[in-house]
Amino acid sequence: MADESTNTGIPLPEGSTDLIETDYTIGQDNYEANVGPFGLDIHNPVFAISGLSVVAFVFYALVFQEQAAAMFGALRPWLTSTFDWFFISAANVFVLFCLMLIVTPLGTVRLGGAEATPDYTYMGWFAMLFAAGMGIGLMFFGVLEPVYHMAISEPLGVASPFDADGNVIAANVDAAREMGLAATIYHWGLHPWAIYAVVALALALFSYNKGLPLSIRSAFYPIFGERVWGWTGHVIDTLAVFATLFGLATSLGLGAQQAAAGMEFVYGIENTVNTQVILIIGITAVALVSVMRGLDGGVKVLSEINMMLAALLLLFVLFVGPTLAILSGFGSGLVAYIADLAPLSNPVGRTDDSYREGWTAFYWAWWISWSPFVGMFIARVSRGRTVREFVVCVLLIPSLVCVLWMAVFGGTAIDQVFASPDTSLVKANVIDSYSPELSLFGMLADLPLAAITSTLAIILVVVFFVTSSDSGSLVIDTITAGGKVDAPVPQRMFWCIFEGVVAIVLLLGGGLGALQAMVISTGLPFTLVLLLMCWAIFQGLRSELRA
Amino acid sequence: MFHKIMVPIDLAHRDRMETAITVAADIAKLYGAQVCYVGATTPTPGATAHTPQEYAAKLDAFARQEGVAHGHDVASHMVISHDPTADLDQDLVKAVDAVGADLVVMATHVPHIGDRLWPSNGGRLATHTKASVFLVRADASK
Repeated sequence: MADESTNTGIPLPEGSTDLIETDYTIGQDNYEANVGPFGLDIHNPVFAISGLSVVAFVFYALVFQEQAAAMFGALRPWLTSTFDWFFISAANVFVLFCLMLIVTPLGTVRLGGAEATPDYTYMGWFAMLFAAGMGIGLMFFGVLEPVYHMAISEPLGVASPFDADGNVIAANVDAAREMGLAATIYHWGLHPWAIYAVVALALALFSYNKGLPLSIRSAFYPIFGERVWGWTGHVIDTLAVFATLFGLATSLGLGAQQAAAGMEFVYGIENTVNTQVILIIGITAVALVSVMRGLDGGVKVLSEINMMLAALLLLFVLFVGPTLAILSGFGSGLVAYIADLAPLSNPVGRTDDSYREGWTAFYWAWWISWSPFVGMFIARVSRGRTVREFVVCVLLIPSLVCVLWMAVFGGTAIDQVFASPDTSLVKANVIDSYSPELSLFGMLADLPLAAITSTLAIILVVVFFVTSSDSGSLVIDTITAGGKVDAPVPQRMFWCIFEGVVAIVLLLGGGLGALQAMVISTGLPFTLVLLLMCWAIFQGLRSELRA
Repeated sequence: MFHKIMVPIDLAHRDRMETAITVAADIAKLYGAQVCYVGATTPTPGATAHTPQEYAAKLDAFARQEGVAHGHDVASHMVISHDPTADLDQDLVKAVDAVGADLVVMATHVPHIGDRLWPSNGGRLATHTKASVFLVRADASK
């Protein structure tokens, strides 16, 4: 024994865990070298296959643009219309599984060992959950979706409050208004967060409690055993990198188009490809600084700034907008969501194809294709929580915040639509013509101090993209380094830059929409993967209880 | 002159630190100082250990082994960090105070262009702590 043995930093966890006995040593397949002055510590072959396959698909999308657009453009609607029942059923399974974890003794297991203490405060933890999970979506869909479902998609057959000529049908207004919020909350509430919770819990459990590398393949150890260290695992990890990188790059490209449209609407800056490329370069540059500063110094700080700005915007709209209508909308929207949860979750025998296939099945595929990225990031920051605390916090609290967000932004927008249907910019950009990127700015333009709040909104959009980009780069770096979180800095910089370059190439050459459709299509195989994960989690938690 | 010598250690790459370890041992014997080996790990499983507890045990065993080999007092100090790649500099700065070191002996690389982007850990220690810092180049053969 040394004379003294001490430690600093994160408190040392105590208490028993049930490590999985495996011959695999983390990093054993890694290739370590120096390329000039830069160190390299990459998984062989996941790093190379992931990088090369991304390049190959970008090449395909550029050279065979029409074929790619036709193929992937048709693939996505085919998947969501053919497998809508499967996506909806699976998402229900994830919610029920999470609720089961809350109420059974399995919820008492602590991630990281019986006496482990949380690494982050609630504030820092929630900020990172949100920023990585769905922050950017809330900005774009907070206004668009409630108005769209209220007026156009007719969820569960609830009639539109507008006739064919755009005149208001007073008798339909109340029901449509409630359904607009409930149908939106359904897409941003329990179900998506249950999807993230399942992936995150699987990764956290098998890493912190079972001693396996922080990589997607580890969650499949109970199913595939030692084979997860071979090609089975290589394919799983490569798929996860592929979905994450293309998901981020295509979102970045499409998001730059939307942000540029917003800048044109607010400031009159011409929306050209050059503006969009400059936006991507700017977002990538800030993300680069953030990944260099690391998890605590970069990602967490930006996430917290983001949350504060988002809260500021939310409070502004709440108090400057129709406060009473918003608050009553929050209550009635929540009640309508709870009341309609069962019929909205019903996978069969429905006639609202536009909503169920075009929105719900699409969303579930989208959340599931993003779940390796968001789940892994949530896992990385969730050590020290009990499973019950983890599920309650990842499932219920973000859902409530989403309800509030939708009630404030969607409620205000719906109020504007009915208060002055002839002049409402929201009605003009969502109902009369479909310009989703302008829906938020249209709503803000009809409130006081529009120049300031629209500027704040553009900043928020950009910073949300930065936080997605930097956390995504950390996740990809960890997977392609075989689960090591201490790989050299240039590697995470490489992925961050690579993501920006792919976005720019696709923006200039075309193919953004096609590749995003392809990423969403990966939601189908990943749904099966997530169902298997539920079983793996159950097995893993049972053995923890016995430990 | 020196009472406590801190030696940052990467247990996954011990071979790169032999010279620094030997220099620290020689100075410790000269001044009757204690050598404290400092290692950084993550809460997630890594190449060296599956858990921080396992890492602490390995670091402690390493320190004991060096103490026997070189005949000086030893201690070990583990730093648990979310992101050692980015945070190692400041973790080491804090460790200097935490262990009460008055001298740091540390392996370092020959300067290269990358240092313009990321200053070396040793350079950061020299400019951000009150302790004396002795940077030892790795053997050219390694």
